[in-house]
Amino acid sequence: MLIPLSIQSRQALDKLVLPLLVVMALGIMLLGQADRALTERVRMGVADMLAPAYGLIVWPQERLHGLYRRMRDMTRIEAENERLRAENANLRHWYDVAAALADENAALKAHLHWMPDPSPSFVTGRVVRDTSGLYARSVLLAANVDAGIHKDEIVLDASGLVGRVTEVGGRSVRVLLVTDVSSRIPVTLEVSHGAAIMAGDNSATPRLMYYPQDNGPIEGERVVTNGEIDSLPAGLPVGRVHYVRPGQPVVIPSASLDHLDIVRVFDYGRASVVAPDAPGRIPLPRPGNSLVPSFQSKVGRG
Amino acid sequence: MTPDQPAVLQSGIQPRPSLWRRLDAMSRRGLPGVFTALSILLLSAPFDLPGQAELLPGVVLSAVFFWSVFRPASMSSPMVFLLGLLVDLLGFGPPGVMLLILLIVHGLGLSGRYGFARMHILLLWAVFGGVALAATVLQWGLISVLALRVMPGAPFVFQWALALGVFPMLCALFTIMARTMANPDRA
Repeated sequence: MLIPLSIQSRQALDKLVLPLLVVMALGIMLLGQADRALTERVRMGVADMLAPAYGLIVWPQERLHGLYRRMRDMTRIEAENERLRAENANLRHWYDVAAALADENAALKAHLHWMPDPSPSFVTGRVVRDTSGLYARSVLLAANVDAGIHKDEIVLDASGLVGRVTEVGGRSVRVLLVTDVSSRIPVTLEVSHGAAIMAGDNSATPRLMYYPQDNGPIEGERVVTNGEIDSLPAGLPVGRVHYVRPGQPVVIPSASLDHLDIVRVFDYGRASVVAPDAPGRIPLPRPGNSLVPSFQSKVGRG
Repeated sequence: MTPDQPAVLQSGIQPRPSLWRRLDAMSRRGLPGVFTALSILLLSAPFDLPGQAELLPGVVLSAVFFWSVFRPASMSSPMVFLLGLLVDLLGFGPPGVMLLILLIVHGLGLSGRYGFARMHILLLWAVFGGVALAATVLQWGLISVLALRVMPGAPFVFQWALALGVFPMLCALFTIMARTMANPDRA
């Protein structure tokens, strides 16, 4: 004790500590609700500090996993060779088809003066930690701050859409998976050509919502993204439709979301695409401005 | 039966309170907190174990409850606060929820410790089951309120069952620790 206190006052102080801490906890809870950006910043700071250590934990696991996979592959090399030969023959056929179609496509586009999409830039990173808990599905990527990753960029693995970047730290990036309960992705159904919203519900298979009632999703059809929102281009593979029970279609994601290893973060740079000014169009009120838009009535003037 | 009775009550010759001895006693006194912090860090690490995220609250609740009952000097309120802060910073739930729950469990353990410490282990287990159930229900309610959405209950039931299952094992481990490594009188 630095300050000499009587025993009574010391006991009284001791009794005050716990209520004081409970009040502080309530304050932290309120602060976390009021200022989410602050919470995210502090958490990303902690995650940044721990990212190298977690990387060290992941590395031997991956080596062990790779070793196990190689040993397992060795035991069935014969059957695998057989399968690969058959698949190779099949793929060669498809390669010819694809090459012919690509030529035809290029020729048609040349006739139409097609404006090519800008090719996106991407960075590749390793998933170091699955931060999925009871109430969220997200992962952390180890990524350098110089990599130029921004919020809302799109994350894909080798076979499909993984999620979106929600927070960027100095050494790590948090990615909200498409299966998270707060994830809503506009999608197109490839065969029935319907539009729908894919809504995550923290399970492995996100639900499909708002699909056209007269043109429902077909079991097994491919689901791709719909380019209706900024930062998400059309045509990225998402998964396949599956009916859990009649009237309840879900999407089975193509990406292996439970074993993410190496993923790519794409910058489609579509946020810079701004719609041109339309003369006579009513300006939309911006949040923060006055709610009543000040526009002049074109009708009944003079 | 507490392993660390005050030194004045112990007869015999006491060694000199040198710096080394004091450091030793301090680290033994701090071991429960450090152990809990390390298990929080390890359970948040990417091991891909099934149920890892659900196990963390059970382990932390057990540790805080046990040490608050049997040796509050090793699990003081500020220590509980720091542990709760660590859990909340490493998780991605609404901040402050686990912190508040740990402080409440700590307070319950402290206020009932004279009764709890004399109980049979099976009875203590049942008491912990009740405390953990209340804590889990409170966690579910707080998260639902803060997220403005009713959270599914099944993961919380699983979390409570894991807490219930892990408590006796941790009890055995902590009892051994309290007698040996974490015993300040052995310094």
